[in-house]
Order: sequence, then C-alpha cells, then structure tokens
Amino acid sequence: MITRRDLLKYTIKGIAGLAVPIAALEIVNPNKIFAGKNDKSKTRWVFLVDTYKCVGCGFCVKACKNENEIPYDANVTRTWVERYVVTKDGELFADTPKGARDGFTTSKIDLGAGKYQDIKKEEISKAFFVPKLCNQCENPPCVQVCPVGATYQVPDGVVLVDRKTCIGCGYCIMACPYGVRFFHPVHHTAEKCNFCYHRITKGMKTACVEACPFGARQIGNIKDPDDPVTKIIKTERVGILKEEFGTKPQVYYIGLDKEVR
Amino acid sequence: MKNHVFRPLFVVIGLVGIVLIARLFIVPKDFGVWERGYMYGWHRKSNEEDWKAVKVKYQFNNEYCKDCHGDKYDSLIQSPHAIIKCENCHGPVLEHPLNPAKLQIDRSRQQCLRCHSYLPYPTSGRANIKGIDPGKHNPDIECSMCHNPHKPNLGALSGGK
Amino acid sequence: MVHGEVWTIKELFTYPNEYIYWSIQIVMYPFMTGLVAGAFVLSSLYHVFGVKQLKGMARFALVFSFALLFAAPMPIVLHLQHPFRGINIFMTPHFTSAIAAFGIVFSTYGAIVASELWFIYRKHFVEIALPLKTKQDKTLFEWFKYLVFCALTLGVYDISEESLKRDEKAIKILAGLGIPVACFLHGYAGFIFGSVKANALWMTPLMPVIFIMSAVVSGIALCMLTYIVVMEIRKFLASRKKTVYTHLQTREEIGGVEINVIRMTAKYLLLFLIFAISLELLDLIFRGYTAVKSWDVLRSVIYGKDFTNIFILQYAIGNLIPFILFLMPGFTIRRAVVGVILVLFGVFMMRWNVVIGGQAFSLTFLGYMHYHLPIIPHNWETFKEGLGGALSIFIMPFVLFWIFSKIFPVFDYKESH
Repeated sequence: MITRRDLLKYTIKGIAGLAVPIAALEIVNPNKIFAGKNDKSKTRWVFLVDTYKCVGCGFCVKACKNENEIPYDANVTRTWVERYVVTKDGELFADTPKGARDGFTTSKIDLGAGKYQDIKKEEISKAFFVPKLCNQCENPPCVQVCPVGATYQVPDGVVLVDRKTCIGCGYCIMACPYGVRFFHPVHHTAEKCNFCYHRITKGMKTACVEACPFGARQIGNIKDPDDPVTKIIKTERVGILKEEFGTKPQVYYIGLDKEVR
Repeated sequence: MKNHVFRPLFVVIGLVGIVLIARLFIVPKDFGVWERGYMYGWHRKSNEEDWKAVKVKYQFNNEYCKDCHGDKYDSLIQSPHAIIKCENCHGPVLEHPLNPAKLQIDRSRQQCLRCHSYLPYPTSGRANIKGIDPGKHNPDIECSMCHNPHKPNLGALSGGK
Repeated sequence: MVHGEVWTIKELFTYPNEYIYWSIQIVMYPFMTGLVAGAFVLSSLYHVFGVKQLKGMARFALVFSFALLFAAPMPIVLHLQHPFRGINIFMTPHFTSAIAAFGIVFSTYGAIVASELWFIYRKHFVEIALPLKTKQDKTLFEWFKYLVFCALTLGVYDISEESLKRDEKAIKILAGLGIPVACFLHGYAGFIFGSVKANALWMTPLMPVIFIMSAVVSGIALCMLTYIVVMEIRKFLASRKKTVYTHLQTREEIGGVEINVIRMTAKYLLLFLIFAISLELLDLIFRGYTAVKSWDVLRSVIYGKDFTNIFILQYAIGNLIPFILFLMPGFTIRRAVVGVILVLFGVFMMRWNVVIGGQAFSLTFLGYMHYHLPIIPHNWETFKEGLGGALSIFIMPFVLFWIFSKIFPVFDYKESH
C-alpha cells in the first residue's frame, strides 16, 4: 500500500536521484578541471608598447571607440593614454583627460574636479606618454572572480566577456589592478579591451595598432619565434605593469619609467 | 510511524533537484569547462564566435582608398603625413562607397592639434614634431585654410612670410 | 551616462574607467548578512550552549534572523546591472569566485534556519491545522489558513512526547551546525572583499574575521532593539488591559523580564565588540608599521579624507560611546536603546568605510574618488543605488518579521516543556 506521503517521498528521491548524475557532474568534472593549462594553441597574443614613440595624439583611443562601439562621448574607454610629467623638484603630475580620446593639446595638467595646472617648460625634468590597454594576463584575476562564467580566457590568451551571461555585479571591475574594465553604457555588462578579437582572428591588426602613426603600439604572437614583436620581447629590455599582483600581464613596455602606475 | 526528523532534508533535496533540473533547460548546451580549465575557461563556447563576428569598421589600408582617390593618395605618400592612415581623419570606411556613400571628415583644429600643439616634453616623441601654440597661432580659423593635410607645404608657407 | 559617474567625483590622477562601482547597496549587503549571522548566533547561544538567560531572546532572534535572511540578498539584486540574470549564480556557478560560493553557503544556511524553525514550530502548526481540518463550513480565509499550515506541517501530525523529544535534539544539532555556517556565511562576505588583491585597503586575511565579529555585534544589537520595541508595545498593551497573554500578564512582570534579558544580551554584545575593535586596530597598526607601497595613499585616506567617517562616526560615536553607556552602573532600558542604536550605526559606518573607503583612492595611488550618495532620485538607478534603495532594504526585514510572526508566534506560544 503506497500512501500519498510515501509517493511524494519516492518521487522526490527519484527526481533527485536522476538529476544528480546528469546535472551535478556537469558542474564539477574533475577531468576537465585538472586538464588546466595544457594548452596546445599555436597562438598567444601579446602587445608591445614603445613609450619613446608615443606622442599622445590619441588616434588609438578614437579608433578603438569607433571600432568597438563604445559610445564616443561616454567617459569610459577600452584603451587610453596617460601623460606623466616629472618636475625638477621631483614632483609627479599625471593625467589622462577623457582617456586622451582627443589627444593632449595643452600643457595644462588635468587635476580633476575641474582644476588644471600648467607646468612651465623650465620646470620639467622629464615628460612622456604611456598607452594603456588590457594586459590579457596569464593569470587574469578578473576571470577568477566572475561568479557566473561570463568572462573567460580563450587559448590564445585573450580575455573575453559574454554579454549574454554577465549579471553586472562589478566584481571583475574591482579585481582588475589595471582599471581596464568598466560597464558598457549601452549593454550594461562588463566591458574590456579584447585586442580587437574580431580583427586579430581575421589576420588583421587591432584598430589601435593600425591607427598609431608612429608605431608605438604593436601586436604579436609570442609563440611564433619569427614574429618581430616576439624578437623584441625576447632580446630587448622590456617591462610590465604591476607585476607584484602575480597576474603575469602580457602587454610589454619599452622605456617603462618607475613613475608609471 | 517512521522518523519525521528527516522531513526537512527531503524538502531540501527536492529543491536541489529542482535547481539541477532547471539547469538542464536554462544553461546553454555549450556552457562548460573549455581549454583554459575551470578557473579561466568556464564559459559559453559560442560566445567566442559572437566576438569573432563583430563587424570590422576600419580597414586601415590606404591601398583601399587608392583606386578612387589616387590623386590624394599620391600626394599623401610623398608627405610626412604618409604615416597617418586615411581613416584617422576620414573616419571608418565600413562598406564605403556603398554604405556610407560619403564619409564624415574630421577637419577640426582639434584633429591637427593632437600632434601639432606644442608641448615642452623633450623626453618624448612629441619633441620631434613641429608644433604651435593653439591659443596664438590663428586661433579662429581651421588649419586647412592654409595647410593642405595631404601635402603640408610648411616650407612654401614659411618662405612666403 | 556611465554607471557610477553620477555619484563619483574624481580628483587628481585616476584611470579613466575608475568610478565608485560598488555603492550604497554593497554597503547594505554585508550589513544585512551581518545582521542575519549575528541574530542566529544569538539564538544559538541558548539552544547550543544553554545560556538560560537568553531563552526569551532565542526564539525571537531566530525568527528575526529568518526575516533578515530574505532581505540579505536584496541589496545584491538592486545592485546588479542585470538583476534578472542573478539566477545565473545558481545555474552556472563559478566556484573560484567568492560570490558564487556565497550562493551555496547562503542557501545551506537558509535551509538550516528554516529547518530549525520547522522543528520549533511544528507543534504549533499541527495545533492550528488539526482543528481547522475537522471544522465544518470553513470560510475562505480559514481554507487558506488551513492549506498554509497543512503545507507547513510537511505531512507530519505526530506531536507525541517522544517525537517532540526528537525535535529538541534536532534543534540542538541544527543550531550547532548553524553557528559555523553562519560564521562561514559572513566570513564569505568578508572574503569577497579581503580577497580582492587589486584593492590595497580590502586585501587582508583579517577581513573575514573582522566581518564576523562586527556581524555578531550588529546582529545582537538589532535583536536587542527590536526586542525592546516589541516588549514596550506589549507593556503598553498590558497596562491598557486590551490583550491577555498566556503568561506575563502585568506591566511589571514584562518589564522585569525585559531588563534581565537585555542586561544579559548586552554582555555578549560588549564581548564581541571588544573582539571586533581589537582586530580592526590590529589591522590599522599593522598597515602603518609595515608601510608597504600603498600605505602613503591609505594613510591620506584613513587619517585625512575619511577621518570623520572612521574615527568620529565609527570609532567614537559607534563604538566608544555605547561602550561607556553599557559599562556605566545603573543600566536602564532607555540607555540600552541609545547604546544599541549607536552600535548599529557604528557597524554600518564600518561597512561604509570598508566598501566606500576602499574605493576612495585610485588604483594609481595618486588620485582620489569621492562618493556622493544620491538622496533625491531622478531615475531608477539613482533610486535603487541611493538613499531610497538603502532605506527600503533596511525596512524590509521588519515588514517580513511582522508577516512571519503571524506564522511563527514569537511570544505568546506556550513552551512544550
């Protein structure tokens, strides 16, 4: 004799019993988890920035915003250029007005909150420009903290964001030490530089690399020994940003100064 | 009468079961652990194709422009501005001339000042570019009134002064 | 406008994409989970450790904890850019993220509290459901009530002496199990911040422990406050002889119980408050002593821009004054109310100083960001991430508690033993 109670109980047990092997194992498959990083990809995209060549024109930022459909007047950007001015007194000034979308056309430093400070030529001991973009880290902390698997790394090293899965919690934005992430003003999902993934996968170069008249930006494949970028990284003295975070950034800089943040 | 103590546990197991079954229907089939492992590769595989399918706007290939605008092209490649891509000023080409038929040209002073506003930075590449003080150098007119961006004849201009 | 731009004012050199992305709702979130965990720990002190003096508070605290439980994830929902996708945390959880793991811990905890409540109130459900079952000509409301309570019994109508003994045992086990899970729950909220290596202020292994301690403090404080309010209302009603309760009839009787329970609970409040302050000061001293790269900018925030928030509002008004109030001889209910409100305020300010303070300086260590809480909303975003949203979240558990107290009578339910 099966009572209503027993029936309910068996039904629940049955459903649970069926569901566990099908679905639960899909969340945690040890084979796949420990498969880890044995990547056989023939490509690992890296970036090389020559800060000596950068003049702060901001053509890269303009091209990036248009190419990647980031609203032009929104105060967020996938790539930007910073200006550093060190005075003879050792004082450091830095700014990036509108991410240098319109370049640097004045010697006045943007101090934020509507204040500016001009620094005279005689006071300057060194001054330079540093382009920034996503470092496509080997250990991306932004990916680690995504609660839903909306951001991930592809085998060729680029970190992408799934606009259909992202819940918009902002944890990845907080986790990035380089401040490259933001919320897209239209899609309201986390947004970041992805080395123009739609271009590099078609054999083209990124919009910022192409837009730069001075060759300050270069993209290459570190796994290809004949790639000119690989040769420079392998043979010359290059620096990376904020290595203390253990993120293993893959944007390399020539002429990186201690003042660069 | 069996032990009632486990009754709440059955409810919990039932709820877990519902969530797991819901997963089967809600989670896309291609969602899973991919090449970079669970830490970095937990995602929806087809999203990679979504990103690859994003439309290319800039060609950044001056040869593309040459066929129709040969005169401008010839003039440009002989000038110091040869390093600048046409689309930096003329905007993304998209499917031009079909769509759009006419490109939006950026003729603003701001565009030229990106490089030619003088900044006293001896240790940067900016120092090697001829620059002006935008506040003093004919502040009210467009640069192209005197300078041809495809052939910036600085020598002729200064000689005529 | 970009998300965050409305309430962020940038100063000096900041990266272009930096804004205060985690705003008031992320302050509310650890505040609310802290209250949940604290209320539960308070109720467990009676159930597990048999602190008899807390008996009057235990059941109350548990129901309140349950009400808070539903309010705790709401700040996250209001914070999300895509709130309806929040379910993804359960659908495709990524356990390397503290937030995903939080979903599981939170559900486990919810299940434990709900089960414990079920065992405590099972007899009550049966006592309501059975007479309704036999009653002829049920009204629509009685039908509804009957169905709700039938469902709540989960099909168990056995309320024999033996089965109730089993309930007692189960309650003890669940309450015991609940303490580590409650601490885990709130420790996780601390871990969400403490594990962000990019943020110089947040990144410390002490963060989860500090969060747990202040969570217990705030939970106890809120329970005390609500308890006092409820007791005062009952005193008022008793003096007007409008309602007759099963026990505690007179105004004096209620007042006598009230001051005893509050005095006892206040001791635990102080104990945890001391732990919390010690850990916070340890963290501060350690940062100053080791003075790593980030210390310059942290110092300018802690001792400069946020000085009022940290040392005046949090430590002086939120910790020191209530400390004195509780320790001064001649303890009264009125003083308890003032002290408890200040403690709650202090814990809220602690959350504020962690969440907003952690974003008060730029990743460049050269610039600052100032947060301006939207007070008058001019669109949905400035409402939900403004004063209105925060107040709604704060009021929510009280409304829920009122609803739940219809199902789980907190006071006038007779003890089974």
